Amino acid sequence: MSDARVDIPYAQTGDAEFRDYIALLKPRVMSLVVFTALVGLLVAPGSLHPIEGLAAIIFIALGAGASGALNMWWDADIDAVMQRTARRPIPAGKVTPQEAMSLGVALSGMSVIMLWLATNALAGFLLAFTIFFYAVIYSMWLKRATPQNIVIGGAAGAFPPMIGWVAVTGSLSLEACLMFMLIFMWTPPHFWALALFMKSDYHKANVPMLTVTHGRKATRTHILVYTVALVPFALAAGFTSIGGPVYLTTALALNLMFLHGAWAIWRRDEATAEADAYRVEKRVFRFSLYYLFVHFGAILVEAALASLPAYAEFALQFKILEVF
Amino acid sequence: MAITREHELHRRRSGRNVGLALVLLAFIALVFGLTIAKVSGGSTLQAFDHSYRPVLDPDNVRFQQR
Repeated sequence: MSDARVDIPYAQTGDAEFRDYIALLKPRVMSLVVFTALVGLLVAPGSLHPIEGLAAIIFIALGAGASGALNMWWDADIDAVMQRTARRPIPAGKVTPQEAMSLGVALSGMSVIMLWLATNALAGFLLAFTIFFYAVIYSMWLKRATPQNIVIGGAAGAFPPMIGWVAVTGSLSLEACLMFMLIFMWTPPHFWALALFMKSDYHKANVPMLTVTHGRKATRTHILVYTVALVPFALAAGFTSIGGPVYLTTALALNLMFLHGAWAIWRRDEATAEADAYRVEKRVFRFSLYYLFVHFGAILVEAALASLPAYAEFALQFKILEVF
Repeated sequence: MAITREHELHRRRSGRNVGLALVLLAFIALVFGLTIAKVSGGSTLQAFDHSYRPVLDPDNVRFQQR
């Protein structure tokens, strides 16, 4: 573990409101978790009782929220110096670090046990591992230790669709792994694009972000390399049971646009970027959000279209990886 | 003597209490629903209610099918 963490007593401004505890669970991150886990759950072969499915999604989201609370507890010292995070409940003095830690631990235990009871042990284990990965491996260790923090930490955000899939099937498969890889490989270019235009923040907090340790030119190269590496995984999912012509067409268009954006970022130098207030970097960052949502949306559309016999028969010829 | 002074603090506490109550109620409802879903296994729940019902007796059903 890094010893870079500084314990700062946060001035308590008064009793917390209910919404402050909700803010600890990072509801915006939760929305992505809910969406991707729901897609994993809906497209998996097999079925769950609707109440079991609802419970699975709620507990996966709660597990993600718990790891968010643990992250805010551990990172309160750096949150306080970063403009983007300074208004979070702990640095703002609304919730004490101990409260955040207790909430995180309690919700972690509860969500894992409840997901296990509602679905199966493997889903419960994967959720426990995700929380451990995000809270311990990413927040406590890698975030302050290496500029590759985003790459490894991205795994935590990549697990939800896999957990949704496992909640239904009880086992792992190529499709679940490809959905995992889609988010895992997408995370670095997404966050490094953010780091390029939020540079002063990470620098101030002394977080070894790639932009700080290796420079901005290297970060631009990394964005391009990871975007290129992302493409095969995004397209490969189109040839499995979750893919089909609609997904493949969507993925092809999205990946070409993402590659174009990453290429544009790579070609720019700092002077040009600063001159137009990081217009391209901001555009690519915003696009990367749509990129992920639309990919998973297309997977969902494929599942809906599969109920049409004519389409299902036509789509079958694309699913050459289904045998795995 | 009744406390009549309202402070902003009371509003926050009340909001927290109501929020927690709603979360607990939702959790109870979810666990109840989950229990029913698990026990029934997707079919309608039926049980003996003080009197013997041949339709629920597996031996009887097997005998009828023979």
